[in-house]
Amino acid sequence: MKLIIATIKPFKLEEVREALTGIGVRGMMVTEIKGFGSQSGHTEIYRGAEYAVNFVPKIKLEIVVSAAMADQVVETITKTAQTGKIGDGKIFVLDVAQAVRVRTGETNEDAI
Amino acid sequence: MKTLTKLGLAAAVIAAPSLGLAQEAAEAAADVTPPNSEIGFIFTTFMFLVAGFLVFWMAAGFAMLEAGLVRSKNVTMQLTKNVALFSLAAIFYYLIGYNLMYPGDGWSVEGMLGAFGPAVLEAVGLEGSEPDLTYASVGSDFFFQLMFCAATASIVSGALAERIKLWPFLIFTVILTSIIYPIQASWKWGGGFLDAMGFLDFAGSTVVHSVGGWAALSGALILGPRIGKYTKEGRTVPIPGSNLALATLGTFILWLGWFGFNGGSQLYMDTAGNVADISRIFSNTNAAAAGGAVAALILTQVLYKKPDLTMILNGALAGLVSITAEPLTPTLGVATLIGAVGGVIVVFAVPFLDKLKIDDVVGAIPVHLFAGIWGTIAVVITNGDANIGTQLYSILVVGIFTFVASGVIWFILKATVGIRVGEEEEINGLDMAELGMEAYPEFSKG
Repeated sequence: MKLIIATIKPFKLEEVREALTGIGVRGMMVTEIKGFGSQSGHTEIYRGAEYAVNFVPKIKLEIVVSAAMADQVVETITKTAQTGKIGDGKIFVLDVAQAVRVRTGETNEDAI
Repeated sequence: MKTLTKLGLAAAVIAAPSLGLAQEAAEAAADVTPPNSEIGFIFTTFMFLVAGFLVFWMAAGFAMLEAGLVRSKNVTMQLTKNVALFSLAAIFYYLIGYNLMYPGDGWSVEGMLGAFGPAVLEAVGLEGSEPDLTYASVGSDFFFQLMFCAATASIVSGALAERIKLWPFLIFTVILTSIIYPIQASWKWGGGFLDAMGFLDFAGSTVVHSVGGWAALSGALILGPRIGKYTKEGRTVPIPGSNLALATLGTFILWLGWFGFNGGSQLYMDTAGNVADISRIFSNTNAAAAGGAVAALILTQVLYKKPDLTMILNGALAGLVSITAEPLTPTLGVATLIGAVGGVIVVFAVPFLDKLKIDDVVGAIPVHLFAGIWGTIAVVITNGDANIGTQLYSILVVGIFTFVASGVIWFILKATVGIRVGEEEEINGLDMAELGMEAYPEFSKG
């Protein structure tokens, strides 16, 4: 099993969700986050005074899938969340040691 | 015209059943000429009451504008100050202010210092009193004038928000509304020496708005900026307001109230000419607000690449302040331009004050003081009776008096009870520190 953590631009969330359910992903966790990467921050002006916005709003997705499916999920997110402009986000893939479905007690692949 | 015809028809239909009665009444009244010698008194009094409650509503406008432009940790305190200052102004304008401002023939020092004593209304049903039938009832005049006094005090609270202690602020409000405002207002509106010189200030660009602005400026200088507003390197750190929807609502309420503020200052609604003038004032007042808002909208887009709503709101208010000294004589076009200049002033004055490290939370000083000075000067553009020298002299006299008198009071308060909350209280917010109450308790940080 793999845990896929992806940060994407907030306006891409619906498109990514549709694409992932389309390829058979049956669940995901979504968090509104702020952060910076190579996009870094930007400046805004309030009442004539410039200030730095150091953290940019992003959406974090956490998806656990079978190892066999991981590459397809990564590829789908990359394809749908991409705008080609700076700040499109990043994807990380981690190994998952164990999974349990609380309702039934099923474990691992059966639980996801 | 269509509407008028319809209304006329409707009135005829309603009147039809009682036609006989009306005819009898008409015959009985036929020999009374003029129709009613009290009619001017009635209309002017009624006009003062309507204009007065419109100006009263500006207190709500100030409260919402300020609540929206402070951080949520200071909202309850800002609202408390607004309701308290209005109520104190009402009491002290009655006790001291009204007769100090309108002494009639009872000046303590001719043309300089009015009379001392509480306001007294006419008896119930005008029993035993002989009202001036060419003007309005004392009750309506008092009610209308009181609202102007309270507006002056409201201006101060916004500039000093988020760091001033409640009670010293309220003590200042009492002195402002009972003594400082009425004395300088008597010089113009009470028939004092500035009025005798030919100073023109129709509804108070100087008498109300600049005075509030000067009092706010002296307070802001003595109080100092909020913690974190300016860095050691001299950079300005923006402190965004908590609720721009409230700030916008507040601006629209002030805009509405201003029709009473300027329109009522015509002071008479007893002739067709006066009614027409009032409608002219309403239209010009609205035009100036629009001019100020659009000027700020365009200017912030050009300067900062994005429009700044808080500046647009300030721009509309600056337009209103700018037209207040002369809302009658300009054409709609000139009124729009006078207001637009006010909007431009605000957009440049807000960062200018920040450069000087004068922290004005809601932009009260640019809007009321700077645009107030501009409006008082702008009278000469359209009113041939105005003299630029007299206008400038009056701006200066009222400015120095208010700035010095306010400064003395602020210094005394600072030296005795202190005017600023402690560092910890300021950072935690005045709501919890001074009131133990939050404006939005269900949105706590957890």
